[in-house]
Amino acid sequence: MRAPSFFRTIAFRIVFIYIAIFAVSAAGLVAFTYWNTKRELDAQTDQTIDSEIVGLSERYQQLGLGGLANVIMGRSVRGTAGLYLLTDLLHRPIAGNLDGWPLLMYEPGNFVEFNYERRVGNGSALRRARGRVLTLTGGFQLLVARDIHERHETVRLFSTTIPWSLLLMLFLGVVGGTVMSRNLVARLDSINDTSREIMAGDLSRRVPVRNTGDEFDILATNLNRMLDRIERLMRGMREVTDSVAHDLRSPLNRLRNRIDAALRRLSPESAEYAEIESAAVEIDQLIATFNALLLIAEAEAGMAREAMARVDLRDVVEGIAELYGALAEEKGVGFEVAPSGEAMILGNKRLIAQALANLVDNAIKYTPEGGNIRVSIESRPTGVALVVADTGIGIPDADRARVLDRFVRLEASRHSPGTGLGLSLVVAVAKLHDAKLDLADNAPGLRATLLFPHETAIRPALRQITTPAAVPAAAK
Amino acid sequence: MRILVVEDDLEAQRYLVNGLKEAGHVVDDAEDGEIGLSLSLSRPYDVAIVDRMLPKMDGLKLVEELRQHGNVTPVLFLSALSEVDDRVKGLKAGGDDYLTKPYAFAELLARLDALMRRRHPAAVKTRLQVGDLELDLLTRAAKRGEVSIDLQPREFRLLEYLMRHAGQVVTRTMLLESVWEYHFDPQTNVIDVHISRLRAKIDKGFEAPLLHTVRGAGYMIRARA
Repeated sequence: MRAPSFFRTIAFRIVFIYIAIFAVSAAGLVAFTYWNTKRELDAQTDQTIDSEIVGLSERYQQLGLGGLANVIMGRSVRGTAGLYLLTDLLHRPIAGNLDGWPLLMYEPGNFVEFNYERRVGNGSALRRARGRVLTLTGGFQLLVARDIHERHETVRLFSTTIPWSLLLMLFLGVVGGTVMSRNLVARLDSINDTSREIMAGDLSRRVPVRNTGDEFDILATNLNRMLDRIERLMRGMREVTDSVAHDLRSPLNRLRNRIDAALRRLSPESAEYAEIESAAVEIDQLIATFNALLLIAEAEAGMAREAMARVDLRDVVEGIAELYGALAEEKGVGFEVAPSGEAMILGNKRLIAQALANLVDNAIKYTPEGGNIRVSIESRPTGVALVVADTGIGIPDADRARVLDRFVRLEASRHSPGTGLGLSLVVAVAKLHDAKLDLADNAPGLRATLLFPHETAIRPALRQITTPAAVPAAAK
Repeated sequence: MRILVVEDDLEAQRYLVNGLKEAGHVVDDAEDGEIGLSLSLSRPYDVAIVDRMLPKMDGLKLVEELRQHGNVTPVLFLSALSEVDDRVKGLKAGGDDYLTKPYAFAELLARLDALMRRRHPAAVKTRLQVGDLELDLLTRAAKRGEVSIDLQPREFRLLEYLMRHAGQVVTRTMLLESVWEYHFDPQTNVIDVHISRLRAKIDKGFEAPLLHTVRGAGYMIRARA
């Protein structure tokens, strides 16, 4: 797999989540502090006002209106926080340090906030106050309030810091998220790098373990154990194929040697010579079948991955076309190679050439005189396609899947030479390259497509095989 | 020619030694890698045939040691191993050719001839000649007698290879490997087709054919049949 786009990376998600969590918690914290401070300050003010009202109404009961007015006048020093105003029913001031009744609407008993003018030097300033009105017996109105400008200012200042603190939180969120994700992503990258190298055939690679005992270490350890097992299995498989190869080839070799020795002793004109010579042909056919089977087994087991290198499909097509073109011409079949641009893939050149040779050989075999064969390389959205199209007898729909199985030969081809393994080998080679073999009707004829996905075409992680300078040519 | 055979399969060794002796060579044999190495270091051989898997010392190791001692005797590997990347390993270790068992004896003989010829190369040639057929390697021109022959690049390489091995049997596999650089089973007689086209160009209309088919083995170019 290639690296995901930035917005789908874990790093981006972590940073994003960090910012979100920081922003929400910061906003919550600020809002709570603001609300709580304001409430606390209001409660203090209200308490002071309440106790003053209680005190003043006691004075009124004891001393009457005149006495209350005196007390109020005594307290009404301009410039202090305490505000008083005693009025008659029509709000005409009797005593106090407020110039006029400041309230338009109020409910006696409830706290109200209002603005009033306060003289500062020569001019005046509009200030905020909070207070309560008490209706005295006789209809007199007593307003007791406190200047809350200072408190108001504090709260206002407080609110101007909110955006700044949010911004700070945002910044911390980005930094925190980046640091966290950097660490996380570095661990994931090391796992990804290792898996890519392993997929490219280097089975000895292991995911680094940091011995911190965290989840990543557990993951790495588990992956490494799994890789150990896969490597053991692959080695076992190789040993089996090697020993099968060895154990069968040695007796076949002795048999071939005996036939050779017998042929050398006989005169080419004798009747036995022809007999033994046909035995030699027979055994060579057997050897060819055996070799093809072994090659299929090796390709399917992924052994040839070790020999993967950069291959330009154009070179393969050119070479095979040059080799088999003559064969087609001899048979009276047209052979054409469509021009194409560079088509780099990562693969085993020998096996790809063999696969293409098998496809072309089949095409020539099953295309009658006067027909046409066309080999082309097509760039598709999903990868690079190697196409061999002929105008021959084709394969009936029902048989198309079956012909890919080993040793299957259709009735129509029973008489022609071949091991019946040609297409199986193509399938195995395709599998080795993560490619797909598709057989379609060419109306008439067969259209065989080997589609190499972009992932085999571009594996930038393969530093040991592909040089960085050479990659962009194949990259898209 | 002196040939060393290092092979642990005794029956295969016997056939090999007998066959080579019948073909007129002087043959020494060894059953394991250590004997093989000491023989090849102590006596001059024109070519050594080394099995890939040997007791005591692996065939690869033997050839690596041999090369480290500065010995350049041509080596032909015989291998019963699966061959996808084994051939590369063999050639990397210092082998000169590689043949997978089971092989036809004619194939082995032809390859040995080619290896021994390679060991004693004549001075660098710019012209090859067989009978009245001439190949100019500099101007890439071919002519037979006074008639100039028009050759495609691959036909030129094919003819060059055949002429460099004039008088020697050259097998189809050798041609596929050397001229086309392919190491696979071509399924069909593609090489025969290319040979018959070349034959049509160089032999057709001339009295004495130069390009001969050797039954059960391959082809040979030479002046007189």
